[in-house]
Amino acid sequence: MYKILKKKKLAEQIWLMDVEAPRVAAKCLPGEFLIVKIDRYGERIPLTICDYDREKGTVLIVFQVVGASSYRMAELNEGDFFEDVVGPLGCPSELTKKTPEELRKMNILFVAGGVGTAPVYPQVKWLKEQGVTADVVQGAKNKDLVILEDEMRAVCGDHLYITTDDGSYGFHGLVTAKVEELVEKEGKHYDLCVAIGPMIMMKFVALLTKKLGIPTVASMNPIMVDGTGMCGACRLIVGDEVKFACVDGPEFDAHKIDFDQAMKRARMYASEEGREYLREKEGKTHHGGCGNCGGQQ
Amino acid sequence: MDMMKRVPIAEQAPEERAKNFKEVCLGYTEEEARAEASRCLNCKNPRCVAGCPVSINIPAFLQQVIAGQEAKAAGIIAESSALPAVCGRVCPQETQCEGVCIRGIKGEPVAIGKLERYVADWAREHKLEPENHSEKNGQRVAVIGAGPAGLTCAGDLAKLGYEVKIFEALHEPGGVLVYGIPEFRLPKDTVVAHEVENVKKLGVEIETNTIVGKSVSVDDLLDKEGYDAVFIGSGAGLPMFMHIPGETASGVFSANEFLTRNNLMKAFREDYDTPIFAGKRAIVVGGGNVAMDAARTALRLGAETHIVYRRSEAELPARAEEVHHAKEEGVIFDLLTNPVEILQDENGWVRGVRVIHMELGEPDQSGRRRPVEIPGSEEEIPADTVIMALGTSPNPLLSSTTEGLETNRKGCLIADEKNGQTTREGVFAGGDAVIGAATVILAMGAGKQAARGIDEYLRSKRA
Ligand SMILES: Cc1cc2nc3c(=O)[nH]c(=O)nc-3n(C[C@H](O)[C@H](O)[C@H](O)COP(=O)(O)OP(=O)(O)OC[C@H]3O[C@@H](n4cnc5c(N)ncnc54)[C@H](O)[C@@H]3O)c2cc1C
Ligand SMILES: Cc1cc2nc3c(=O)[nH]c(=O)nc-3n(C[C@H](O)[C@H](O)[C@H](O)COP(=O)(O)OP(=O)(O)OC[C@H]3O[C@@H](n4cnc5c(N)ncnc54)[C@H](O)[C@@H]3O)c2cc1C
Ligand code: SF4
Ligand code: SF4
Ligand code: FES
Repeated sequence: MYKILKKKKLAEQIWLMDVEAPRVAAKCLPGEFLIVKIDRYGERIPLTICDYDREKGTVLIVFQVVGASSYRMAELNEGDFFEDVVGPLGCPSELTKKTPEELRKMNILFVAGGVGTAPVYPQVKWLKEQGVTADVVQGAKNKDLVILEDEMRAVCGDHLYITTDDGSYGFHGLVTAKVEELVEKEGKHYDLCVAIGPMIMMKFVALLTKKLGIPTVASMNPIMVDGTGMCGACRLIVGDEVKFACVDGPEFDAHKIDFDQAMKRARMYASEEGREYLREKEGKTHHGGCGNCGGQQ
Repeated sequence: MDMMKRVPIAEQAPEERAKNFKEVCLGYTEEEARAEASRCLNCKNPRCVAGCPVSINIPAFLQQVIAGQEAKAAGIIAESSALPAVCGRVCPQETQCEGVCIRGIKGEPVAIGKLERYVADWAREHKLEPENHSEKNGQRVAVIGAGPAGLTCAGDLAKLGYEVKIFEALHEPGGVLVYGIPEFRLPKDTVVAHEVENVKKLGVEIETNTIVGKSVSVDDLLDKEGYDAVFIGSGAGLPMFMHIPGETASGVFSANEFLTRNNLMKAFREDYDTPIFAGKRAIVVGGGNVAMDAARTALRLGAETHIVYRRSEAELPARAEEVHHAKEEGVIFDLLTNPVEILQDENGWVRGVRVIHMELGEPDQSGRRRPVEIPGSEEEIPADTVIMALGTSPNPLLSSTTEGLETNRKGCLIADEKNGQTTREGVFAGGDAVIGAATVILAMGAGKQAARGIDEYLRSKRA
């Protein structure tokens, strides 16, 4: 059992949790993820490790409610337990393999979208500890959905550029427009771009950086089951190869990823899960009639 | 009674069982078991024992069944096997103990597996508990993987007085017994969970959710956590794909994913969250036991299910009993057929498979006639799901994170057949991780040999 020590609402439908998981906390590095399972009935849910405290043996997760399982997760409170937490999984970020000297010679740009801000944060923080300040373009739909702004500013200062789709805060427009402005108007030069966010965002960032000639990695979040290479659910096409995101990734060369195929696969359980969500939400009162969900069978 | 013939065993009727996940075979009653056991000739030189990889004293336990002494029979089996209710159900007995039974020369061999199951079920129902009277010798062994190899090795070491802890990557112990083999052949909550509990009662500790190589390394276990030796029983879990166009479409699964969703995550039950999709028409590619399990699972989830296999019926690698059960339940066999492309609709969902028909040519190295494509015989067959059951190989995680641990060309760990010693001192291995995907009983046999090997190694260190 893995205790939830802290729970905090970051924005509508976005939650942060600090969870006791000593083995994960002892070993994890930026870029890796873990899997949680609420109870015996729960799904295995992959989530990026957003921060960790090796001494306290805790890890920080940030998640968005999108379906039945994340909805159930949001109902847990401080003092409650996850039945299972396993990790760290995946490969650490390539940046963690470079020496501080090598890193200091690089100009690095992070592009974070929505809840993808959470996994970007530990990488920026880690770089700061190596003496490197990265640029961060952080996008959200609107002002209320901007998360972790203070934390991020603490590790990159005025290198943080916030964008909102509706212009309610910061730069008005998509993250790609801001990146284009930084490079083309402000004459910034980047050796590497790291994009983490919704697949559609990563796809368009990749298209842009390809045009701008910036090597780019994207952190993929396909459907997963075991997270250890055993099921193949997480397979992606990268270049001409089939890769398993859970063991070969989750970070890949964004210019080689087949995003269209990946986005189609991500929808695989949408209908099935959507039903589960409705059943969950309306509980015993839901006896069908909406025509979509099959009701209480 | 015709002593040449087996006492028949009750099964759920095919039409009925094709719609549920309850066990197909219902097991012998006491009278039936006694009658079947009495067909044993109690041979002086029992060939059956040599045919069993863990050398269960078969005639001795059968004599106890005849005498109505089930508890004693269970005790005899327990000397050699920690998982009798599992093996009695899933061992390929026709090529092991029963394959060499003297009774089998003129008639049908004694139903050793079914009788082993009878005794194990009796022991469970009568709450017989395993006992461990050994004294702790002060040395500690870490076991990686709670599959049949790891559980057996751990149980044997605990009986020899070692302090043993199993580290398991998944949230539940059992390995393929919980994630691969379906409920209708091997009930999880009753049979598997109970036999795992029995291993724990011998004093073995199990830590789930711990992936050795990620959560903790082999070196950490030896250097920091104070273990004197390590046994690796990590199996062969990596699924293979065909590498044909369309294989990443939605609705294409590896058999491992499909079975894991249904068995480990219990997707077939309404009260569990994990979803599964079998569609109206499922195509399972492959002809082995895993393909049969995937097909019979898809069928139970309501799909019209086809097995697509590139050779003919005679070459099907699956056990005859599995093929027979699948056919009875209504699985359709499209033999001498091979997929060349998976077809998708505009949303990226499977809509069918383009296949080519085959004929048998000259025998290949394995002695089986090689299938060759018939030019111009391609056709499209409709499908909502495609399940790839093409085999598995060992996960490279442990070999790539452990200095000095070597593998062969196929990615299998190199280990001495007799004692499980790997290329790294103090590290032993056995089961599918060493020989590639095989059987439960071979994995158990290897776990046993390694327990002996580890005991010898640690004794020498103690001295
Ligand atoms: C390596 C990895 C790291 C991740 N890190 C985070 C994280 O830090 N924070 C976070 O909020 N989420 C993260 N995710 C996504 C998270 O796992 C999913 O949001 C979650 O599994 C959805 O579960 P659900 O049952 O609530 O939603 P579902 O009911 O399964 O799905 C609802 C909707 O979400 C889509 N969906 C399903 N699974 C995923 C998925 N894996 N990724 C994206 N969309 C999905 C479905 O298509 C559907 O439309 C990560 C995923 C991976 C693979
Ligand atoms: C669908 C299917 C049906 C089968 N049917 C039969 C049958 O009818 N009869 C039969 O005899 N055989 C059958 N087999 C084969 C049989 O199940 C295997 O040969 C046997 O389980 C191998 O045992 P093992 O202990 O070596 O490995 P496994 O059973 O694979 O167990 C390995 C365990 O190690 C864990 N693990 C892996 N890596 C790590 C790590 N790094 N750290 C911690 N834990 C780890 C895994 O999660 C797993 O639990 C079947 C196999 C499948 C897939
Ligand atoms: S364990 Fe398997 S091989 Fe050995 S006697 Fe039992 S059924 Fe036969
Ligand atoms: S070989 Fe057959 S008949 Fe002989 S002891 Fe074994 S089970 Fe009995
Ligand atoms: S999640 Fe199962 S192989 Fe990656």
